Amino acid sequence: MGRKLGERSSPGDIILLSGGLGAGKTCLAQGILWGVGVGGFAPSPSFVIIREYRGRLPLYHIDLYRLSVEEVEDIGIEDYLSQDAVCVVEWAERGEAIFPSHNLLISMRIVSETSRLLEFKPRGPHYLRLMQDLWSSL
Amino acid sequence: MTKILGVETSCDDTAVSIVEDGNRILSNLVSSQVDIHARYGGVIPEVASRQHLLTIIPLLRQALQEANTDLKDLSAVAVTFGPGLAGSLLVGVSLAKSLCLALDLPLVGINHLEGHIYANWLRESSPLLPCLCLIVSGGHTELVLMRGHGDFLLLGRTRDDACGEAFDKVARILGLGYPGGPAIERAAIRGDPSSFALPHALLRGSHDFSFSGLKTAVLHLWGGREGLSPFDVAASFQATVVDILVTKTLEAAKEIEPKQILLAGGVAANGSLRQEFMRRSKIPVCLPPPSLCTDNAAMIACCGYFNLREGRRSDLSLDILPNAGFAEGVGFEPTTQLLK
Repeated sequence: MGRKLGERSSPGDIILLSGGLGAGKTCLAQGILWGVGVGGFAPSPSFVIIREYRGRLPLYHIDLYRLSVEEVEDIGIEDYLSQDAVCVVEWAERGEAIFPSHNLLISMRIVSETSRLLEFKPRGPHYLRLMQDLWSSL
Repeated sequence: MTKILGVETSCDDTAVSIVEDGNRILSNLVSSQVDIHARYGGVIPEVASRQHLLTIIPLLRQALQEANTDLKDLSAVAVTFGPGLAGSLLVGVSLAKSLCLALDLPLVGINHLEGHIYANWLRESSPLLPCLCLIVSGGHTELVLMRGHGDFLLLGRTRDDACGEAFDKVARILGLGYPGGPAIERAAIRGDPSSFALPHALLRGSHDFSFSGLKTAVLHLWGGREGLSPFDVAASFQATVVDILVTKTLEAAKEIEPKQILLAGGVAANGSLRQEFMRRSKIPVCLPPPSLCTDNAAMIACCGYFNLREGRRSDLSLDILPNAGFAEGVGFEPTTQLLK
């Protein structure tokens, strides 16, 4: 799923991932990275907050896990969002206010040890088209 | 006699240190441990470049004072250029470059991960080379062969969660508080490490690590049953992490036959990890003092000393490299002037 999403991503895309520990956010982000053409593994950015990659497009893998709402505003995440890169943001619920109103929100939930429920919320026409494209590829 | 100023601002903490002749710490200050916030009369966000900016000059003054050193007594400035947060790194690198320009001192850019290893050189006797280094912290889990000063080979790293991150997240799952490393260690003392069999992801045939599955296994164990002892779960988790780290490091050591094994990074302060290494390793193990395991600037100054001794320094065009990998983006220019 992540790989297919990454393959269809374009510059400026903002993909927000939400869900508790172990929901699979970093795993999905790994797939998106591969889809964007970044090789290798994508370790969790929970502690380092931002990891930068370069594939077909630049990609910023951001994680707000350790931050409070005030800290998110203070750290300058907006600088990354405004660039012509794909931004994948984990624990996005901690910084809802700083993201542009158009984005793709994926909420992830643990159903059992081996299954996860993913809910896609495309916000804005661009992300709606992205979802339709993704859906038809499945 | 050389006095090197070390500056480290790669992540949360602002740190400044002065180290003499590569191994004598004259002062070693970390902002989170110093009551500097009070001077600004307000709460400053912990993770922000603004905080580094406010803290770094008073911290430098205090470090010089404690070391009984004047700016003009310094021989060189060593500073972390990456990996880390761009805004935070810029504060340290800008300070270091300004000082070097104003005082006409050699500048050495240091890779934060290499810096951690040098906590092992801040003592009377130096470790033996080549050595195998395990760097374990909140953001990093790397197994590195060090053949000489500035000569590193990355053997393996985590594919998902860093080892310290797993400690932090499991502590959160079990409600044990923050910081997670010490919280798990304290809880584990009261528990039985053989209570639960948790998955050991050993990734045979690779020196890489994986801790994400272990974290999720603890989540399902804890959420799936009533009345579990958090102490038993913490003890079982810690024993599993320690076993993975020791087993994989000793496997690599068997292959490479280094003269010594070094531990570095915040998780290297974990007592159980230290004991297991000492118990299971046939090769001598070098453990840094727990106080130098977490981020500090003494290790940066120390690393700077050895780089300068080998004739490596940076010029004033030194730039930050937020995503620097191991031994990456060093950008040294050869020099004949080793130390002022």
